[in-house]
Amino acid sequence: MIVFLIKRLANAALVMLVVALMAFMIFRFVGDPIQLMVNEQTSQAERDALRERLGLNESVVMQYLRFVGNAVQGDFGISYRNQQEVMSLIAERFPATIELVLMATIISLVVGVPLGVITAIHRRKWYSEALQFVSIIGVSLPSFVIGILLILVFSVMLNIAPAFGRGDVVSIGWWTTGLLTPSGRAALILPSIALSFYQITLVMRLVRAEMLEVLRSDFIKFARARGVPAWRVHYSHALRNCLMPVVTMTAMNIGSLIAFALITETVFQWPGMGLLFIQAVTFVDIPVMAAYLCIVSFIFVALNTLVDITYALIDPRLRNSKA
Amino acid sequence: MTSMPMLDVRDLRVEFPGRHGSVTALDGVSLTIAAGEILGVVGESGAGKSMTGLAVQGLLEPPGHIAGGEVWLDGRRIDTLSEREMQHVRGREIGAIFQDPLTSLNPLFSVGRQLIETIRLHLPLGRAEARQRAIALLAEVGIPGPEERVDHYPHQFSGGMRQRVVIALALAARPKLIIADEPTTALDVSIQAQITSLLRKLCKEHGTAVMLVTHDMGVIAETADRVAVMYAGRLVEIGPVADVIARPSHPYTRGLMGSIPTLGARVPRLQQIDGSMPRLDAIPKGCAFNPRCPHVMPRCQTERPELRPSGSGLSACWLNTQAQERAA
Ligand SMILES: Nc1ncnc2c1ncn2[C@@H]1O[C@H](COP(=O)(O)OP(=O)(O)OP(=O)(O)O)[C@@H](O)[C@H]1O
Ligand code: SF4
Ligand SMILES: [Mg+2]
Repeated sequence: MIVFLIKRLANAALVMLVVALMAFMIFRFVGDPIQLMVNEQTSQAERDALRERLGLNESVVMQYLRFVGNAVQGDFGISYRNQQEVMSLIAERFPATIELVLMATIISLVVGVPLGVITAIHRRKWYSEALQFVSIIGVSLPSFVIGILLILVFSVMLNIAPAFGRGDVVSIGWWTTGLLTPSGRAALILPSIALSFYQITLVMRLVRAEMLEVLRSDFIKFARARGVPAWRVHYSHALRNCLMPVVTMTAMNIGSLIAFALITETVFQWPGMGLLFIQAVTFVDIPVMAAYLCIVSFIFVALNTLVDITYALIDPRLRNSKA
Repeated sequence: MTSMPMLDVRDLRVEFPGRHGSVTALDGVSLTIAAGEILGVVGESGAGKSMTGLAVQGLLEPPGHIAGGEVWLDGRRIDTLSEREMQHVRGREIGAIFQDPLTSLNPLFSVGRQLIETIRLHLPLGRAEARQRAIALLAEVGIPGPEERVDHYPHQFSGGMRQRVVIALALAARPKLIIADEPTTALDVSIQAQITSLLRKLCKEHGTAVMLVTHDMGVIAETADRVAVMYAGRLVEIGPVADVIARPSHPYTRGLMGSIPTLGARVPRLQQIDGSMPRLDAIPKGCAFNPRCPHVMPRCQTERPELRPSGSGLSACWLNTQAQERAA
C-alpha cells in the first residue's frame, strides 16, 4: 500500500512538472517578457536592469527551476495587465468558480441520479427511450449554446433570472460567497444549470448502466422474492450498490468542470478563474495564463490521485497491480 | 390425496413472446404439494424447473408470462393477483431459497438489517421485537452466537452459514410454501447434507410445503416425499419418491435413474439416453421425448400423452396407457 501511495504521488508530481514546463515555456518563449512589460519610452539600460532583475539572463534550466520553486510557494509573478500579483488575482476569482462548479455538481447529482434509476427500471418505456435520446443531444450540444439558450429564454424572454455577473457577494475571510445574498443566489441559477447540463447526462448514463448491472444480480431477485416492494428494491438495495462509481466519477469531473467553467463563465460574464483566463489571453497576460494552467492542472491531478487512492483502499486487488 | 393441497398448480403454461413467435417454456404443468410435504423437482438443465418456481412466485421476467392454467395457494388463486398483492404473498406466504448464498444477500446490509426488513414488511412487529425475532431465527437455523452475528455483514459468513441465513430469511414470516431452487448446488459437499436436513426438519416442524428443485437425485432420495420429473417444459412423471426411484414408469425417468451411479452425484447430462433435450422452439410433435425414446411408437410422434395414473403416481407415456387399455 505504501509503495502504491508513493508511486501514485510520484506520478502526480511528474505530471505537474510537465505541466509546469509547458506553463514555463509559454511564459518564457511566447513573445519577449521584457517587450511585453515595458513601453516605448523605456531606455535600453532600464530594459537590461529589468532583464537582470527577472533573472532572464540565467540559463533556461535555472529559470525553469526557479519558476517551479516560486510556483510551489504560490508565486506566479506580476500580471502584465494591471501589475497586481497573479496569485491574489486568482485568489479573488477562485471562490466564484468553486461555487459555480459545486452548484453544478449538486444539480447534476440531484437530477442525474434519479433519471438514471428511472431509465434503468423502466428501460422499455417510451420516456426512457426519449431521455436516452435527449441525453445524446445533451452530450453533443456545446455548453455555450446551452448557456445562450438559457439566457434567451429565462433572462430575455421570461426575465426571471439574471443573465450575467455574480450578484452581491459577502466576504468571509479571503473567500467571497454569493450564496448568502438573494441576488447572489439568483445569479448562480442559470450558469450552474448551463454548466451541469453535460454532467447530468454523464451521471444519468453511468447510473443507468450500473443499475442495469446490479438489477441482474441475485440479491435483487432475492429481495423481490422476500416481498420487498419494488421502490425499495430499486432505491435502497440497488442504488446503494451503484453509488461507488458515481462518487468516483463525480470527484473526477469536478476537475473537468473547473476547466469547462471557462466557457460558461464567458457566456455569463461570471467573474471566475475562467473569465480571468480569457481576459488574460486577450491581453497576452502570460503570467496569469501560466498560473491558470498550473492551478487547474493541479486540481485535476490532485482529484485523480485522490480517486485512485480511494479505489485502492476499497478494492485490495488494485493495490499492487496499478500505477 | 385427501386434504386440500397447500400448493395446487393446474395445467400451467408459460410463454416468452419473441421476435420469431412465442416460445413455450412451460406446457401443461400440473402438480400439488400438501402442507408439510416436500416435493422434489428434477430434470435436465433447461427442463423448466426454475421457471415453475418463478411462475408460482409471480417473478417471471417480462416478457415471460403465465399464458394459461391456474396457481392456487392454500385455497386462494394467486396467479391472477396484482403485483402489489403478490408483494404480500412473496415473503409472507411463499419463502424463497436461491442457489448461491454468496450472491443472494445484499453485500452492503448486515444480515440483521435484511432479516428485520423482511420481518417488518410482513408482520406487525416493532423494531426491537423484529430484532429479537431475527436473533431467534438465526438461532433456529443453527447459527452460533446469533446475538453478535445478527450485526455482521454477509461477507463475514461462510457459504454454508450464509445459506442458513438465507433459510432464516425464507422462514422469517412463517410462509406456507418454500421454493428452494438448488439450495445446495453451490455448497461444499460436506455441508450439503446439513443444509438439506435442516430444511427438512424446519419444514416438518412448521408444516411448510416445499418445492425442492435440484439436480441431485441423492438429495431427492433423502429429503423429498414425492418427486416430479420435468422434460422440455412438461411434467412427465410425478409420484412418491421411493416408487419413482425404485420403479420409474416413464422411459425418461428410467434413463435419468439409470444414469445416477451413486447417491450425491450430479446429473449434468444423461449418459444412458442418446441425444439431448430439444430447444424450446423446436419441441417435437407428440411426446417431446420421442426422438430419444427407446420405446417410441408411431402414436408418440403425433399425439401428446397426458399424465395418467401409473402405479402409485402419474406418468405421461403411451406405454402406460397401452398397458391400461390392455388390462381393461
Ligand atoms: N427470457 C427467456 N426467454 C426465452 N426462454 C427463456 C427465458 N428464460 C429462460 N428461458 C428458457 O426456459 C427454459 C427453462 O429454464 P429453467 O431455468 O426453468 O431451467 P431449469 O430446469 O431450472 O434448468 P437448470 O437446471 O439449468 O437450472 C430454458 O430452456 C430456458 O432456455
Ligand atoms: S410416449 Fe412414446 S416416446 Fe414418449 S416416452 Fe412414452 S413411449 Fe417414449
Ligand atoms: Mg434452474
